[in-house]
Amino acid sequence: MRNILIVAGKEIQEGLRNRWVLATTLLLAALALTLTFLGSAPTGNVGVRALDVVIVSLSSLTIFLVPLIALLISHDAIVGEMERGTMVLLLSYPVARWQVLLGKFAGHLAILAFATLVGYGAAAGALAATGTAIDPQSWTAFASMVGSSILLGAAFVAVGYCVSALVRDRGTAAGIAIGIWLMFVLIYDMALLGLLVVDQGRTVSGAVLSALLVLNPTDAYRLFNLTGSGNVSAFSGMAGIAQASHLTPLVLLAALAAWALVPLTFAAVAFSRREL
Amino acid sequence: MTATVEINNVTKRFGEVDAVRDVSFALPEGETIALIGHNGAGKTTLLKLMLGLIRPSSGSIRVLGEDPAAGEFAARRRLGYLPENVSFNSALTGRETLAFYARLKREGNGAPAPLLERVGLSHAADRRVGTYSKGMRQRLGLAQALLGAPRILLLDEPTTGLDPALRQSFYEIIEELREQGATVLLSSHALTELEERAGRVVIMNQGAKVADGNLDELRRIARLPTRIRLKVAASGIADVESRLVPLGDWRRVNGHMLEIVAASDQKIELLRQATAEGGHIEDVDVAPPTLDELYAHFLRSQEVPR
Repeated sequence: MRNILIVAGKEIQEGLRNRWVLATTLLLAALALTLTFLGSAPTGNVGVRALDVVIVSLSSLTIFLVPLIALLISHDAIVGEMERGTMVLLLSYPVARWQVLLGKFAGHLAILAFATLVGYGAAAGALAATGTAIDPQSWTAFASMVGSSILLGAAFVAVGYCVSALVRDRGTAAGIAIGIWLMFVLIYDMALLGLLVVDQGRTVSGAVLSALLVLNPTDAYRLFNLTGSGNVSAFSGMAGIAQASHLTPLVLLAALAAWALVPLTFAAVAFSRREL
Repeated sequence: MTATVEINNVTKRFGEVDAVRDVSFALPEGETIALIGHNGAGKTTLLKLMLGLIRPSSGSIRVLGEDPAAGEFAARRRLGYLPENVSFNSALTGRETLAFYARLKREGNGAPAPLLERVGLSHAADRRVGTYSKGMRQRLGLAQALLGAPRILLLDEPTTGLDPALRQSFYEIIEELREQGATVLLSSHALTELEERAGRVVIMNQGAKVADGNLDELRRIARLPTRIRLKVAASGIADVESRLVPLGDWRRVNGHMLEIVAASDQKIELLRQATAEGGHIEDVDVAPPTLDELYAHFLRSQEVPR
C-alpha cells in the first residue's frame, strides 16, 4: 500500500511539474465557463433550471475531452518509461509491478479528478455567483455528473494502460490510443445508428441495444447523465429513451466501473508477464 | 566468506537467441568483480537475471539467499543497481528523484542529502534532472545505487561519461563499500581501468562464461608472454642482442631499446641473462599481459572450437 502511495505521489509531483495538472484544469475550466455562459444563449434564460442546462452541455464536453485527456496521460505510462529506461531502474527497487501500475493509476486519476472538480466546479461556482438560483436536486445531478466524469476518465486511463503494457514502442501506443478515442467517441455511435436504421427494429431488440450501449463507456456515461434526473433528461431530449431503457443508473455506473477495473486488471497481467 | 550471489547453470533464451548459456558462478562478500565482454555477450542479461527483472529459462539464481524473481523484496532493499545509460524523469530535481527512490527503499528523509554530497551533486540538487549533463546523471545514478547501504552493487558500465577525476572518486566510493563487505559487480568495457580495481574477472562471450579468476590466475592459464623492454647503452647493444637471441622473440625498438617477448616461465631466466655481468643495461621495464590482451586471448581461444 505504501509503495502504491509513493508511486502515486511521484506521478502527481511530475504532473504538477510538467504542467499537466495546470493545463488540463485550465482547459476544462475555460471550456466549462464558456459553455455555461454562452451555451445557455439558444435556450434563453430559463431561470431556475440553469444548472441543468450546464449539466447537459458539460456532459457532452466530457464525452469528447475526458477520454482524450485520460488516454494522453496513460498511453505512455508503461511503454514510455520502458523506452526512456526509467522502468528497469524502478523495478530493481523493492516494489512489485502491480504496485507500480496501481500507483500510477491512483496518481493519474488524482490529476484527472482535480482538473474535473476544479474546472467544472468553477463553472457551477460562477453560475451560483452570478445570482442564479439553483435547487438541491440540480446540485445532486451536477455532483453525480462530475463523479461519473471522473469514473469515465478512470475507464480510459485503464484502457490506456492496457495499450501501454502491450505494445513495443510509444508511437504505436499513441496511434492505438487515438484509434480507441475515435472508435468509442465518434465511430461507435455512428455505426450503432447506422445499424438501427438498416435493421428497422427487426433483429436488434431493446435488450440488445442496451447491451450495445453498455459496451461503450461513453454511451454508458451519456445515458447515466442525460437520463439521470427528470429535469436534465427533459432538456437533453432524452426523456423518452430514459423511460424505455432497461438501464438503470446503477447498471450504468456498474458498467463504467467495470470499464475501469477490467482493463486495469488486464493491464496488470500484461505488465507482469512482460520481459524487460 | 559467504556468497551473496549464486548462479547455477543459468540459461536465458530470447526466442531463438541464447542470451546466456549455462553460466555458473558465485560472488563472495567483500570483493570487486569485473564482468567483461562485447556488447551482446550477455552481461546486461545476467544483471537483469540477478535483479529478477527476467526469469532464467533454466537453472537457478540466489541473491542474498532469495530467488530474485519470486517477488520477495527483502533482498532488493540491500541491493544497489546502476543501469547502463541511466535515465530519470527530467521534470523532477535531483533531490526529489533521490527522495523518491529513498522512500521506496524505506530510507528516511535524511538519506538523500549526504549521498548527493558524496557524489558531488549538492550544488545541483535543486535543479531539474533535465538540465543535468551526462556525467551528472551518472553521478545521480550512482547516488541512488548507494541508497540503503547495499550489500550487493550491480553496476552496468558505471564510468561512461565520467571524467577522470570523477572516475577516481567513483572508484574510491566503490572501494569503501567493498571494504565494508559489499559485493561489487562491475560490467565494463574500460578494461585498463578495471585492471587495478577488480579482484576477480569474469569474461563472457556470446552468452557463455569463458574465463573466471583473478588476474594472476588468468595470466597463468593464458600463458601469455610478458613484454620486457631493455634500455641498453648504445655501445653494448650488439653484445646484449647476441646473448638474448636464443631466449625468445625480440626486436630492436631503436638504437638503445630492445623489446623481448618472453613466455611466462622463461621470464626470470631471461631477465637474469639480460642483466648478468653488468654494464650495458640501463633500465628494465617489465609489462605483464594487460587485461586487454587477456580478454582478446580468451575470446580467441574460445572461438577456435566453434
